[in-house]
Amino acid sequence: MTIKATHELHQRRLSRNVGLAIVLVGFAAVVFGLTIAKIQTGAPMQAFDHAVRPELTETGQ
Amino acid sequence: MTDATITDRDHDAGFGDYFALLKPRVMSLVVFTALVGLLVAPVGVHPMVGFAAILFIAVGAGASGALNMWWDADIDAVMRRTSKRPVPSGRVTGEEALAIGLALSGFSIVMLALATNIAAAGLLAFTIFFYAVVYTMWLKRWTPQNIVIGGAAGAFPPMIGWVAATGSVSVEAVLMFALILMWTPPHFWALALFMRSDYDDAGVPMLTVTHGRPATRRHILGYTVLLAPVSLGLAFTPIGGPVYLVVALVLNAWFLKGAVAIWRRDEGMAEADKYRAEKDFFRFSLYYLFLHFGALLIDHTLLMTGVI
Repeated sequence: MTIKATHELHQRRLSRNVGLAIVLVGFAAVVFGLTIAKIQTGAPMQAFDHAVRPELTETGQ
Repeated sequence: MTDATITDRDHDAGFGDYFALLKPRVMSLVVFTALVGLLVAPVGVHPMVGFAAILFIAVGAGASGALNMWWDADIDAVMRRTSKRPVPSGRVTGEEALAIGLALSGFSIVMLALATNIAAAGLLAFTIFFYAVVYTMWLKRWTPQNIVIGGAAGAFPPMIGWVAATGSVSVEAVLMFALILMWTPPHFWALALFMRSDYDDAGVPMLTVTHGRPATRRHILGYTVLLAPVSLGLAFTPIGGPVYLVVALVLNAWFLKGAVAIWRRDEGMAEADKYRAEKDFFRFSLYYLFLHFGALLIDHTLLMTGVI
């Protein structure tokens, strides 16, 4: 059996769910935008990951 | 299912109730002052990085607002001004407010560190700690000077904005901090004078309750006098300029005039015209801060476009 009647509380839940969806999509957009901005301004594209990376040191050696 | 859970469901919160936990009106001031701090800094930032920095500072400020509403729900329920907030009105539970406050605090600090630098993130963390723990949990219910020290929390945003751009604190950032710090006591005490019964009922040791209203009037004048040199001092730093100097002179003269008027009145006169001078002073104090930071922005724009 499906419940068809909508209560005012369903509207509030909908507003919560839609609001959270917008926030999450917005957050993904901000992180993506930050990534583009950081790379455009020349931030390092790799980080230390337990292996020797000479190009990450100041002198490059 | 018990009756209690049914009642709880009836109070299901909408998205707006959670947003209200973040104190959007306070946030607007935080966004504006942090933005000015970031823009007037001598180091330019990528617009996207600047936008992200302001966003995460605002989220951090909102998180401390949620923590404040969790801790202060008992006081908020008694005061007319705050009784409709999400927690005292029952739309959001105290535990939810705490969870949202803590989660958003950690989130905003980490994201600000990733977007800008560790120093700015550290300042944001300290600001949240200062507002939620030092002010809300400790000073607010303990000393009538709560406003003076609590004002520091509201004074940090332009400094965080500045540090997000430059990576370090300097005299300009300290003076922007001091401007808001010294502005907060007269601003709030004017409010306390005309929202008279609220703080009495809640048992918060406002200066009006502990030291009386004439003492509060003297304090407003004292802090307004001390505020003027801070405001004018900022004009002679590298971020000040002719527009700021003129604006600061006019605003401080006006603010001092209002403070003297409040100082000269007694309760009989104030009640006779329904606290007109106090209400005018409070309203003007909002313009005072917005126009100071707006003037800094105008001078910066003039400098960048080569007009001055």
